[in-house]
Amino acid sequence: MSLLIAENVVKDYAEHRALNDVSIEVPNSSIFGLLGPNGAGKTSLIRIINQITGPDQGTIYLDGEPLKPNHIEHIGYLPEERGLYKKMKVGEQALYLARLKGLSTHEAKKRLQEWFKRMEIIDWWDKKVEDLSKGMAQKVQFVTTVLHEPKLLIFDEPFSGFDPINANLIKDEILRLRENGATVIFSTHRMESVEELCDHIALINKSEKILDGKLSDIKNDYKNGIYELQYHSGNFPVEMPNGMTITEQSEGRARIQLAEGIAANQLLQFILPHVGITSFKEEIPSANDIFIQTVQKASV
Amino acid sequence: MNRTGLIIQREFLSRVKKKSFLVMTLLGPILMASLFIVPIILSESGSPQKEVLVLDETDLFEGYLAESPESRYTYLEDMELDSAKSKLKKSDAYALLYVPCGAHCDLNFIEKSIQLYSEKTVSLDMKYSLKRQLERELENLKLKRDSVDLEKIEAAKTSVNISTISLEGDQEEENYSELTTAVGFVMAFLIYIFIFIYGAQVMRGVIEEKSNRIVEVIISSVKPFQLMLGKIIGVALVGLTQFLLWVILTFAIVSVVQYAYLDDAYSSTAVAGQMAGSQANDAIAEVQANEMPKILKMMDSINFPLIIGSFLFYFMGGYLLYGALFAAIGAAVDNESDTQQFMLPVTVPLILAIIVAQTVITNPESPVAFWFSLIPFTSPVIMMVRVAMGVPISELLLSMGLLVAGFFGTVWVAARIYRTGILMYGKKVSYSELWKWIRFKG
Repeated sequence: MSLLIAENVVKDYAEHRALNDVSIEVPNSSIFGLLGPNGAGKTSLIRIINQITGPDQGTIYLDGEPLKPNHIEHIGYLPEERGLYKKMKVGEQALYLARLKGLSTHEAKKRLQEWFKRMEIIDWWDKKVEDLSKGMAQKVQFVTTVLHEPKLLIFDEPFSGFDPINANLIKDEILRLRENGATVIFSTHRMESVEELCDHIALINKSEKILDGKLSDIKNDYKNGIYELQYHSGNFPVEMPNGMTITEQSEGRARIQLAEGIAANQLLQFILPHVGITSFKEEIPSANDIFIQTVQKASV
Repeated sequence: MNRTGLIIQREFLSRVKKKSFLVMTLLGPILMASLFIVPIILSESGSPQKEVLVLDETDLFEGYLAESPESRYTYLEDMELDSAKSKLKKSDAYALLYVPCGAHCDLNFIEKSIQLYSEKTVSLDMKYSLKRQLERELENLKLKRDSVDLEKIEAAKTSVNISTISLEGDQEEENYSELTTAVGFVMAFLIYIFIFIYGAQVMRGVIEEKSNRIVEVIISSVKPFQLMLGKIIGVALVGLTQFLLWVILTFAIVSVVQYAYLDDAYSSTAVAGQMAGSQANDAIAEVQANEMPKILKMMDSINFPLIIGSFLFYFMGGYLLYGALFAAIGAAVDNESDTQQFMLPVTVPLILAIIVAQTVITNPESPVAFWFSLIPFTSPVIMMVRVAMGVPISELLLSMGLLVAGFFGTVWVAARIYRTGILMYGKKVSYSELWKWIRFKG
């Protein structure tokens, strides 16, 4: 079951088409990476999901229903361009944002205090926002985004402005929210966090979706049959059987590409008599490789 | 509370809680009250009476120069000019008036030869007071010389007093156009100031949200239109609150000061006299005797419910219309220094209105007055002037209707600029760009 479905979304601005026939499906309780180069159209799509703008064509379904104004309460959005009122007090402001999302004052206060304690910012409740460090302000923004316990969370570059410790804290919170049933759309340029967090991705380039699916499936598709082998003794054979090609060989290490239809076991069987193996593994492309490869291929 | 209500609440409270609001609220009435009170206190305490020495070689003016609170006159007998001058230096006297006789004490010679000596610069008041008295006396002397009957001339002096009576409705009503004009103009001016001050606040608020980068967070919870309207209404309530506090505090201060400094009998006439411009004491006494009922009648002649009602309507209507435009300007720019190019077309109609208002005072029925009181961009100022002076009810209703329509028009345009502009960063926006935003269906 998919929580969010975007069907054939088209968005035109005065000068250019920001989204061209883009469809995505975000499965329930997944962390969905929305990837793409700058200006590809990610933010346009996110704004449409948040009903900040409307699509020119296409439909968005949340929980099977076309988007309606009251769906806003089920979405939490942390935009890339985010900030707070500088002159307002932290607690007062968090309360205001929570009430705008439809929480009662009482409920909002209760939840805020829990969250503020866990994030270790409760002492800042009565401070003005302008006195906060950037990381502190980011924590406040994160809390106000998730406070109303939405089904769908949308984070646009959530880790920017955090030091590694706090970035980890936020990452754990995101995983915890998913455990509790939330679905997360996650837009970022930091591929290592995609690797760590996402189970599904969609790649948008120049207003079009060029790749989507389960991250593990995509990785399988992008494998090119190269295995890396490390050994400590013996001589690596120079002549290989048909379908096995040495792409790189140095002292104690070799990379071999297997043609389609040839199993890794065959390679091992062939090589076992020759060398003492210390490690053997298939090279799996990183999200970063996939990103660069796909975008470059699409640009050609 | 619904979301627009929440936004209104925040906009209102965050401004009212500021120190600057408190300062302005307290300072405003003190300034306003001091406009009325300071001149009274000044005239009350006054400057010390000044002594003027008079050396009159002609002996024509002895006893004619009237002693007043400002000055008294000491006549010097049989003295040369030089010794009179040294007497001036030695004494505390303020000035020396020298009227030379010349060869024959000829009046035509005298009027050109009078001199006033002083160690300090002589005040203009003193100079003109002397000039007036001497002129009058010399005129009388000339008339006497030519054997003209002074009594007849006195009898022929005329003062025409035209009462204007409006035939509106069934009753004939004496009206007092000077007073109503003043009331209308003051109210029009207040509207003008209010639109500028609070329109700019709306604009700054929008720019603040944009540069704080909070706007995208907010509009993921509410529609941009709700945010814009909430801000405009919130600021309007701030303005109304401040205005109300000003009125109450001004009255409080004026009455406290009256009670503390001036005894009752004098104060009311002094204030009246101050308002009517400076008058001689006897004139004030006359006002006290004869004019008080008339003043009350004048107050009666003003249709207060109509004027206050129209004031509130145009006050709000004008502000809302311009507030929306100011919000649109704020959305179109990144910081306050970029607002100039868009401010001009918004402020020109307002400034034009306050200029035209001054001609409307003299001619409330002119075509200019008529059209400007219908166009929504100028009607809040111009119609306010005309309402005080009396305007056909049909014209008033038409003007109000057009203002409401104008408000919806500008809000529609502003909302379209706003929703695109608030998410647009780092781009210098041109008018053609704005036009695209307005046409863009979104």
